[in-house]
Amino acid sequence: MTVNGEYVARAVEARLLLVHFLRDELGLTGTHWGCDTSNCGSCVVLMDDEPVKSCTVLAAMASGHDIRTVESLEVDGVLDPVQRGFMECHGLQCGFCTPGIMMTARALLDANPAPTDHEIREAISGQICRCTGYASIVRSVQWAGAFERGESG
Amino acid sequence: MTAEPRVDAPIGHGRMLRKEDRRFVRGLGKFTDDLQLPGMLHLAILRSPVAHARITHLDTTAAEMHPRVKAVVTGADLEERGLAWMPTLSGDVQAVLATDKVRFQGQEVAFVVAEDRYSARDALELIEIEYDVLPPVVDVRRALDPEAPVVRDDKPASPGRHPNHCFDWETGDAAATQAVFDRAEVTLTQEMVFPRVHPAPLETCGAVAEWDRVEEKLTLWATTQAPHAHRTLYAMFAGIPEHKIRVISPDIGGGFGNKVPIYPGYVCAIVGAMVTGKPVKWVEDRTENLTAGCFARDYVMTGEIAATREGRILAIRSHVLADHGAFNGAAAPRKFPGGFFGVFTGSYDLEAAYCSMTAVHTTKAPGGVAYSCSFRIAEAVYLVERMVDILADELGVDPVELRRRNFIRPEQFPYPSKTGWVYDSGDYEAALGEALRIAGYDELRREQAERRERGASGESLMGIGVSFFTEAVGAGPRRQMDMAGLAMADGCELTVHPTGKAVVRLAVQTQGQGHETTFAQLVAEEIGIHPDDIEVVHGDTELTPYGLGTYGSRSTPVSGAAAVLVTRKVRDKARLIAAHLLEVDPEELVWTKGRFDVPGVPGAGMTIQEIATAAYAGDDLPAGMELGLSGQLVYDPESLTYPFGAYICVVDVDPGTAQVKVRRFIAVDDCGTRINEMIVEGQIHGGLTDGVGMALMEYIGFDEDGNCLGGSLMDYLIPTALEVPDWETGQTITPAPYHPIGAKGVGESATVGSPPAVVNAVIDALEPFGVRHADMPLTPSRVWAAMHGRGAPPN
Repeated sequence: MTVNGEYVARAVEARLLLVHFLRDELGLTGTHWGCDTSNCGSCVVLMDDEPVKSCTVLAAMASGHDIRTVESLEVDGVLDPVQRGFMECHGLQCGFCTPGIMMTARALLDANPAPTDHEIREAISGQICRCTGYASIVRSVQWAGAFERGESG
Repeated sequence: MTAEPRVDAPIGHGRMLRKEDRRFVRGLGKFTDDLQLPGMLHLAILRSPVAHARITHLDTTAAEMHPRVKAVVTGADLEERGLAWMPTLSGDVQAVLATDKVRFQGQEVAFVVAEDRYSARDALELIEIEYDVLPPVVDVRRALDPEAPVVRDDKPASPGRHPNHCFDWETGDAAATQAVFDRAEVTLTQEMVFPRVHPAPLETCGAVAEWDRVEEKLTLWATTQAPHAHRTLYAMFAGIPEHKIRVISPDIGGGFGNKVPIYPGYVCAIVGAMVTGKPVKWVEDRTENLTAGCFARDYVMTGEIAATREGRILAIRSHVLADHGAFNGAAAPRKFPGGFFGVFTGSYDLEAAYCSMTAVHTTKAPGGVAYSCSFRIAEAVYLVERMVDILADELGVDPVELRRRNFIRPEQFPYPSKTGWVYDSGDYEAALGEALRIAGYDELRREQAERRERGASGESLMGIGVSFFTEAVGAGPRRQMDMAGLAMADGCELTVHPTGKAVVRLAVQTQGQGHETTFAQLVAEEIGIHPDDIEVVHGDTELTPYGLGTYGSRSTPVSGAAAVLVTRKVRDKARLIAAHLLEVDPEELVWTKGRFDVPGVPGAGMTIQEIATAAYAGDDLPAGMELGLSGQLVYDPESLTYPFGAYICVVDVDPGTAQVKVRRFIAVDDCGTRINEMIVEGQIHGGLTDGVGMALMEYIGFDEDGNCLGGSLMDYLIPTALEVPDWETGQTITPAPYHPIGAKGVGESATVGSPPAVVNAVIDALEPFGVRHADMPLTPSRVWAAMHGRGAPPN
C-alpha cells in the first residue's frame, strides 16, 4: 500500500487492524482509536480518497490501496485549510477526535467545495466529538471551504 | 498563505487562538497510547463476565505457557504483595484484582503481560476460571431489603444496618422544613431518577509504567486529571517513597471526571512493570471503559416543594437513594459524601430546606462522581428545576414567571442558603432576561399556542423548557474541605527568564480545556509579556508544584487565581528593581501593561524585559534583594465561586414516533470575568451537548442479572452532529468577589444546567397529554409510554 504517498510493504498478521498498523508499525499516532465498534470515528483515514474507519479495516485489506492520514495534511510546512479552519474556529478541544474529523472534512470539501451546514453535519455524523458540541466544527469546515474558494483568508 | 501567522493575540485576556492546537491539528498530540518505549510490553485484564459470583477455580498455567506472555498475575499474587485492595478517594477500599468474589460485571480478576497487545488478549482466553454465580443486587430500591444478597462481605456492616448500606448523609433543617410544609398552601411530591450515565471520553483510560530497578523509581504516564494527588495516593498505598514516583499526565483525550479516580488498571500496569522489569502499557477498550470505569449520577430522588398559591416557594425537601455500586469509588471532598448536592435549593430564596441521603452498594461498577457534574450539582439542579416546573404546572403559572418571583435578588448577595452555602454574587434576573430576549420567548409561546389551537394531526408537538442554575465550583477552601486529608489548594510558579520570556508551572492539568492558552493569557494580562512568549508547563509531578488537579471546574477559580497572584508577586519585585534603577520611590512608578514609567518624565521607564535582564545581571539590585525574577505561591481559596445561567430549550416531538428533536437551545452563562471568550464558549457548547445526551439518550442500564446494557457505543448513545442544534449563546458578567480577576469556573455549567431545560421542554410538549414528569433518558419509547399513560419500559 501507499501511506501518505510512500510505498509501504510489510508482512503482517492477517487479523492486524489498519489502525494498529498505522500507529504501532508505522508510528503514525495521529490516527486514534476510540471504540472498537465503528461508532466514534477517531480512526478515520482516507482510503483511495474515501473516509474509512481504520478500526474496521484489516491492514491486509488496505494492500494495494492509497492511505492518507492526518500527518499528510500539512505539506512543506504549510497547513491544509482544514487544519487552519479548526484552529481559527476552535474546532477542537482535547484533540482526540480531531484528526479523524479533519480527514472526513477534507474528503467532503474535495467532493463538495461549498457544503451547507447540514451537509457538513451529515458528513461527520458517523463520528463523535465529546468536547465541542459540533457547532464550532461546522464553522471550521465552512472556514476552510470559504478559504479554498478565495472568500476569506 | 503562511502556515501560522503569529495571530493578533491580546497581551492578556480576550479572544486568542489556542497554542496547543498547533500540535493537535498536525496529529502530533502525545496521548498515553501514543507512547512507545524500548522493550515495552502490553497488559490486558481478565474481567468478570457476571455481576456477582464466587471464584471457585483459577488456573493460569496455559496462559503462562503462551510463547509471547511474560507474566500472569492474579488477585492471590497481589495479596502476597499487599496490593490486592486499594483505598478509594471516599475512604472505602476497592479490589485491584478480585481475591474472593466478583462484585460487578467487568471487575478485574487477573492480568496478562505480553510482548504485543494482541497476544495479551489471546492469553486471557487461556486462563481457566470458574464461577459460582450469586444473585445480583440490581434494583437500588431493594438493596437494603433484609433478604438482599450481601455485596460487601469483606467489611463489617454498620450496626443495625444491612451490609449493603454505604452511608447516610443529611443537610439543612428537618424540623424547620417540616414546619413550613405543615402550613404551606401547596405541597407537591415527585420521584425522579437521574439515571446512571458515563463520561465516556473519546480516549479511554490507560497508563504506561516504567520501573527503574537501579534507582528504584517509578515513572507512570497515565490518563489522570490529578497527577499530584495520584502520586501521593500511590505512595501511601503501594509503599513506594513519594520522591521515587513520577506521574506524568500527557495529552488527555477528554476527561469529564472519568480520569479522576485511580483505577485497578493503573495499579496493574505498575505491578506488571515491577514484575517484568520492562515498561508496561495498559489501555482499556471501550467496553472496559463503559462497564468498569467511573460512572456518574445514579440517584433516585424524591423532591418535595412547598409554596403559597401565589407562587412563592417556601421550602424544598429531598430524599436521595444513591447507588454507589460495588465499591464507593466516588471522588468528592471528604466531608461531602453527597458531593455538593446541598445546593439543591437552587437559585431561589427559601425559608427552609432539608435533604436526607442514603447510599447503598449494588453489584454494579464503582464510582459516583464523574461526568462534569460539579460534585453532584447536576443532580441537585435537575431536582430543583424539575420541581419548580411541576409547581408551575400545578399553579398554572408560566415557569419563567414562577422563577422570577422566587429568585435570590442581587442585593441579597452574599446570600447564605438554607443548607449552609454562601452564594458569592449574582444577578439572576439579568441573565434570565437576556435568555428570553435571545429566544424570543413570548413569540415562542405564541407559536406554541397557535399550534395547539390548530391541533393539526401529525404536526409535531412543540415544547419550551426553561432552567436556571447556580453552581458552587472551585473546590475549595481548606476550612471547609479536603480530599483524602489533602487541602484543595494549588501551587503555581512563575519564572521570567533573563531575556524576558517566561515559564509558568501549574498544579492543574488540561484535558482539552486549553490551559496552555488561558494560563498564558492570565500571566500576560498581569505582567505584559506576550502569551506566545510564556510557556505553560503542566501535567508532570516533577516539573510542577503540588495541587489537586482539574475537575469540578476548579482550574480557573483555584489555579487561575494562583497564576494571577504569583504574577503580581513577581511584578511587585520588578517594580522594586525598576524603582532602584530609575532612582525613584517604587510607589511613584506607573504600571502600564509591560512597563513601569516615571510619570512626567518622558523616556524614564523600563520594560519588563529590561527589568528581567537587570534582575539576572545582578550588578545593581536593591540592597539585600535575591537575584532573578521568579516567584511561587500556594493559593487556598477564600470561597467557592458561584456561576449561574439561564437556559431555554425548544423541542419538537413527533406525535407518531415520539422522537424528540431539539430545535433550538439558548444558553446565557454568567461565569464572571471571561479570560478567553472563545474557549469559554467552547466549554459551554460541549456541556450543552452532554446535557442533550443525558436527557435524550445516554444511559447505563442493567438487566435483572446485572449485565451492563450500555457496554459499547452502539448501546451507549452519544449525540452526533445531527442530534444537536447550532447553539445560541449569550452572557452576562457578574465578577466573582473573592477571585483576583473576578472569574468563576465554567467547565461544567452547561452539563449541569442543560438536562432540566431539555426535559422541561419535552414535558411541556406533552402537556396536552397531561404528563407531569417522565424520567431520562427521554428515548422515543419512554416518551411514547408517557404520552399514552404507561409506565416507562424496562431499560
